[in-house]
Amino acid sequence: MSDTIAAIATAQGVGGIGVVRISGEDAFSIAENVFKPYFGQQKGCISNLGGYRAKYGKIIHNNEFIDEAIALVFKAPNSYTGENVVEISCHGGMYLTKRLLRAVFESGARPAEPGEFTKRAFLNGKMNLSQAEAVMDLISAKGEKSNKIAYSFLEGTAGKNITKIKNNIVDIVANLSVWADYPEDEVPAVDENTLKIGVEKVYNDVLSLIKNYDTCKILKEGVKTAIIGRPNVGKSTLMNLLSGFEKSIVTDIPGTTRDVIEESVMLGDIPLLLVDTAGIRDTDNVIEQIGVKKAKESIGMSDVIFLVLDASAGILEQDRELIDKCNPKRTIVILNKCDLNKKIEKEELLSTFSDRIVEISAINGEGIEKLKEIFENIVGISDIEPSNMVISNERQLNVMNNVKKILEEALEEIDQKMTFDAVTVLLQDAVEKIMEITGESASEAVVNKIFSKFCVGK
Amino acid sequence: MSYVENYEVVVIGAGHAGIEAGLASARLGCKTAVFAINLDSVGNCPCNPSIGGTAKGHLVCEIDALGGEMGRTTDECFLQSRMLNLGKGPAVHSLRAQIDRNRYKEIMKRKLERQENLFLKQAEIVDISRENDEWILTSRNNIRYKAKAVVMATGTFLEGVVHIGETSYNSGPDGVFPATLLGESLKRLGVKIKRFKTGTPARVLKSSINFENLEPQYGDEKIVPFSKDTKNIGENKVVCYISWTNDKTKEVILNNLHRSPMYSGKIEGVGPRYCPSIEDKIVRFPDKKRHQMFIEPCGLGTDEMYLQGMSTSLPEDVQIQMYRTIPGLENVKIMRPAYAIEYDIGDPEQMYSTLEYKEFPGLYGAGQFNGSSGYEEAAAQGLVAGINAALKIKKEEPLILDRGTSYIGTLIDDLVIKGANDPYRMMTSRSEYRLVLRQDNADERLTPIGRKIGLIGDKRWEEFCEVQRLKEEEIKRVNTVVIAPSKELNDVLVSRETSPIESGVKLVDLLKRPQISYKDLKQFDTTRLEISSEILEKVQVEIKYEGYINRQNRQISEMRRLEKKILPKDLDFSEIKGLRLEAIEKLSKLKPNNIGQASRISGVSPADISVLIIWLATKFNKNEVNSDENSI
Repeated sequence: MSDTIAAIATAQGVGGIGVVRISGEDAFSIAENVFKPYFGQQKGCISNLGGYRAKYGKIIHNNEFIDEAIALVFKAPNSYTGENVVEISCHGGMYLTKRLLRAVFESGARPAEPGEFTKRAFLNGKMNLSQAEAVMDLISAKGEKSNKIAYSFLEGTAGKNITKIKNNIVDIVANLSVWADYPEDEVPAVDENTLKIGVEKVYNDVLSLIKNYDTCKILKEGVKTAIIGRPNVGKSTLMNLLSGFEKSIVTDIPGTTRDVIEESVMLGDIPLLLVDTAGIRDTDNVIEQIGVKKAKESIGMSDVIFLVLDASAGILEQDRELIDKCNPKRTIVILNKCDLNKKIEKEELLSTFSDRIVEISAINGEGIEKLKEIFENIVGISDIEPSNMVISNERQLNVMNNVKKILEEALEEIDQKMTFDAVTVLLQDAVEKIMEITGESASEAVVNKIFSKFCVGK
Repeated sequence: MSYVENYEVVVIGAGHAGIEAGLASARLGCKTAVFAINLDSVGNCPCNPSIGGTAKGHLVCEIDALGGEMGRTTDECFLQSRMLNLGKGPAVHSLRAQIDRNRYKEIMKRKLERQENLFLKQAEIVDISRENDEWILTSRNNIRYKAKAVVMATGTFLEGVVHIGETSYNSGPDGVFPATLLGESLKRLGVKIKRFKTGTPARVLKSSINFENLEPQYGDEKIVPFSKDTKNIGENKVVCYISWTNDKTKEVILNNLHRSPMYSGKIEGVGPRYCPSIEDKIVRFPDKKRHQMFIEPCGLGTDEMYLQGMSTSLPEDVQIQMYRTIPGLENVKIMRPAYAIEYDIGDPEQMYSTLEYKEFPGLYGAGQFNGSSGYEEAAAQGLVAGINAALKIKKEEPLILDRGTSYIGTLIDDLVIKGANDPYRMMTSRSEYRLVLRQDNADERLTPIGRKIGLIGDKRWEEFCEVQRLKEEEIKRVNTVVIAPSKELNDVLVSRETSPIESGVKLVDLLKRPQISYKDLKQFDTTRLEISSEILEKVQVEIKYEGYINRQNRQISEMRRLEKKILPKDLDFSEIKGLRLEAIEKLSKLKPNNIGQASRISGVSPADISVLIIWLATKFNKNEVNSDENSI
């Protein structure tokens, strides 16, 4: 019996599709939790499928549609790891793939350790010795890297927040333990109320940490940036320039981009979650209308807006409407096609957008450096505060979700008047979970706390 | 020089560790010698006159369940018994008994004297060396003893130095002379030695105490024995008393701190955190207004009283001043002054979980020699060391108790994996599996093991099996019996702040409610059999804590899965590609026996463990490893 692990199997970054691989005993049932087929029954849609078969459907989690997807089934032992494996492919881009991965975690899989798929493959006789040795190199290299990441993580604000939560639980456990281990010493007796208040406080801290995850991950995963503008001002050309990749179909026919396309790119040191939108205009085409509606919505949902104007066309009425819709503090006006005959002067927009105006030529890349500079400024002055960042990756989020569950259970047990030895075990479990991040020993931490905090002993 | 005696197992020291080691080895059929520097100090309790306490009570019950002696002897000579932590949950219920020190020594010595295969002898061993496959031990009187296995159970005797204020001298505990040559011999052999320190309070004359205004502490009405062999437990015979230090006590101590060898830097040994001297408490916790202390009788045949909580290494004149500030002790007379004692220990990281030295086959360590503290911790290790010495001679599989089996296993694992930085005391918080490792199920956990080893006799075994049978039957019964709703029952349920029932409910489901006990349901449970309260208690705990017990059992099997992945003894970790440098250092130093142990070493990361697992898999029969991995 092995537990079920999951991870993103495709390279991080730009790509046509993103694949989440789930491996282990419960791979099928976990996949069925998030994957709803378009055709046929939901129940058993994966587990009743033969090996090497695929199913088309959508990813739905917490009643929320995430993406359309293909689920590909491998039955043990005929898979990469030799276990039951499901690979779910969704549309590329880290954002969607990570959301899919998170849904899979919340359905019962745990994050795979570095190299764990390969390790399982080896242990199940799917690889030979030399392949395995290559894997060992990989694991140790990754281990070191993740150690470094963990270290810098612990030094930072994020670490301080988790350390605070850890210390608070350790305090509670130490109080409970010293009360049990030194029944005749003068130590504060633990009463139900104090215990409950203490655990609730930690629980709320954990909760807000988890809630903050979404807001804070933008710095990790990208500043949500919408590219807007009326049709054919060169939004897609700009997007392709930034992503260095022909993703949006570029034609000179207005209305070519009919959907919202998301892409993760780096602009300077800041990751950008780029949303290319349909050109905003009045249109009779139904599909295009939806695109336009989404584009308008994305103005409100984005952290930063790239408002693209055609410098060779001048400021039209439609442009003015858009200018009114954008929050000028979070908008960069991009005067595109400056290689052509310029009909807009920066000065016209200065009063509204001050220095957040840049002249570029998306087609030959001129002005991109200036855009970077302005963008970095705007991120610095907007609401995005790096110090709000608390949990830095899915693994830590997973740990905190586990801690949350345990604390919920502990609170329930306190209400049920369960004896405190049992509550202590739960809380110590929570400490142990957190210490998976920090790599300490939980019982050691409690014992050390007891002796530093209490005057006990004969 | 020509006189030589041959033994299979020799135990050096006859304290709590040495006694259990000697008895176990002899009972398993090995010709055993137990040496004590002074035969009048066999089984001595040079510190508190009590056995058990939190987590230590667990240890004593476990020793008894495996076939050790400490529990039985305590039951025979206890003066007052208390079950601590009632109301805090079954995991932390802990038995403690005040004992009659002299009776304890007498009974233990007599047991050693009458034990078949065992010879108890007064001798100071001054040299230990290895010749071929044998250990040669030389006594101060130049008698040579040959042995196949040796158990070091030297307590605080090894290079013992007593400190009382400015005075210090070579001494063992309680004025017995120390072992002054053996330590050097061990160092020559190559054993890594550390220096520890501990201390004990004064013994004072009972008639010099004014008990009038002191708070008495009585024993329990219903007394539970430590040993399953004890059928008729006696009664409480003494009362203990509680008093408190005050500002004056503090003043005396602070004014004389410079005369304490701890603070003048004279003592180099590391003292126990859990057992601080009174001057330590006052210095480390300056805000605390007063410190509690207990006055405990040392025995029925003596008027010496023990002052628990008042250990000190201050000079005797300061001790008198200090003790006399305490209510009840205004005119106290010190019969034996408090003292600190420094002694040598063998670094426990040098041992396997069998307590055998990795570098020295046939050499075992137990008790304070291994860096632990406490009679119970010592006895537990003595038992395991004695068993393993005998099993080795009998060429049988060694006994390794893992953390999931017992506090004994937890104690040994902590010592050999984490080493000892200060004297190690057992606490319930040391065990991650505490709801499984309870006092009430020590027999279930360990008696089958004791039986298999050969330390549990037929009668005890039959009784154990009968208890198990009755327990299983009762569990079956409560799972089938349905209790009908009634006004009386619902009144009881509501009065316990739990919801009333509307239709018939299984007895087991009512018992699962934390607020409801077996007793509450007696009148509604008409088919209940007449079985002992001990069994009812076991059943009740298993039902109420079922979820926790299952959860911890799952954690234990996960831990065992890793423990089963054995690392070769002479493994050169630096040869393994992919391990980090820090991990190589730690692993090479501690030589873990298996992956489970390796994973508990600080400085070894999960990635290192993956590397080790893969290395193991490539190195050895792949099919074996695979089948193991598949059985996760």
